[in-house]
Amino acid sequence: MIKRFITLLLLAGIGAIFASLLFTYVPDSELNRTADYYAGHTASDIGAANIVTAIIVTYRGLDTLGEVTVLFLASSIVGLVLSLGQKQHKTQRNRVAVGELLTTGSRFLAPLIMLLGVYVFVNGHLTPGGGFQGGAIIASGMLLLLLADPLRHFSHTLIATLESFSGLSYVALGVLGLFMAGGFLDNRILPTGTLGELISAGAIPLIYSLIGLKVGAEFSSMLASLSETEDLK
Amino acid sequence: MNILMTGMSAVLCIAMLGAALLAIRVKGDDSLPLSILAAGLVSLFASVLFLILAAPDVAMTEAAIGSGLTTFLFFFLLARIRGTAQTVDKNDGSALDGRDYD
Amino acid sequence: MIYMAMATGFLLILIGFYGALTNRNLLRMIVAFTLANTGVNIVIVAIGYMHGRTAPILDAAVTASAAAARIIDPVPQALVLTAIVIGLGVTALMLAYAYKLYERKGTLDIAQYTDLKW
Repeated sequence: MIKRFITLLLLAGIGAIFASLLFTYVPDSELNRTADYYAGHTASDIGAANIVTAIIVTYRGLDTLGEVTVLFLASSIVGLVLSLGQKQHKTQRNRVAVGELLTTGSRFLAPLIMLLGVYVFVNGHLTPGGGFQGGAIIASGMLLLLLADPLRHFSHTLIATLESFSGLSYVALGVLGLFMAGGFLDNRILPTGTLGELISAGAIPLIYSLIGLKVGAEFSSMLASLSETEDLK
Repeated sequence: MNILMTGMSAVLCIAMLGAALLAIRVKGDDSLPLSILAAGLVSLFASVLFLILAAPDVAMTEAAIGSGLTTFLFFFLLARIRGTAQTVDKNDGSALDGRDYD
Repeated sequence: MIYMAMATGFLLILIGFYGALTNRNLLRMIVAFTLANTGVNIVIVAIGYMHGRTAPILDAAVTASAAAARIIDPVPQALVLTAIVIGLGVTALMLAYAYKLYERKGTLDIAQYTDLKW
């Protein structure tokens, strides 16, 4: 009873703070200076049509590198925690009879889903979407394969190789920017091209594709390590 | 146009709050799948709201990650913990069992 | 519309906190945390929204020279995009720990975890 009371008191306090924030909030009518800079300079400096992509990949590229690192840490800890103390003796896992329709359907759909993922991250600098969304879509394709055949084993070596390859190339492209252009992760190591074309915006399509592969590999490894756990009863 | 958008976001907001309350208030032993689905529904409505708030990038991320992958992670875990009997087809359950944990 | 979205976000955070504080089932607490996460994202995106403006993507309708007067603030969107992805990582981590706890204790009810009580 007293616990419930304290909880409600705490929530009322937080609610009061939120209410005062909400009722004193006045929306801006102009962009603030940072946003104004990004809006005015993206087209001439970066050459990307999608300003959010320009911020994520170039203006705040170092943050994105940190974010991908956090995601990598999360997926490796998930793998580590789930494999700790896993009983080693493998019981015979029977093949489950999966319906023919399901198998064929998932085989047909999974490459299409992954193709959509690739499309999303290659076009990240032109349309909404990018590496993170594309990576998630690729992982959804993997999820479909896992759901259709729960006993399928993904090769962890392949996932790890893909993950480290894209991570290393991402950092290497960043360091290349240090020497050939204005700074770490500068996209102007390649010509910026014309605004709105597929091959434009310098290294952004390249970097975002690497991010997409890395994120897709990390999500897939999370899904794979979760699906390889044993049933508990 | 504008009135339509405002009305739509009002409906979305009310639906989101309702689904969120459902997710945390629903009681009973078998209510966890319902709770997870309601949380996924909140994410799905949120992604439409992001689209109305002129944030298509965020809407896409929320739809793919927030409502897609998160919900499936929860169901994976739930299937493992429940011993697959209630969430996965019976056929799969009997094949995947056969392991005693002390 | 901004205020409505913002109020919804704040209410979702409160609902999430309430659920995390009052439920005893570990999985349901994690569900409540994801609700609060969604609420925070909605609030931040709502802060960036400006009335009568369009999404921060340049095309024929929103040319580069007129962009500053036509688009909404892109910075909160970039922040939220990051936050959603990290949110999934955190959720997966919590779920992995919940699985391990269930394996050890055989229950998801936190009232049964008595190791640190005295």
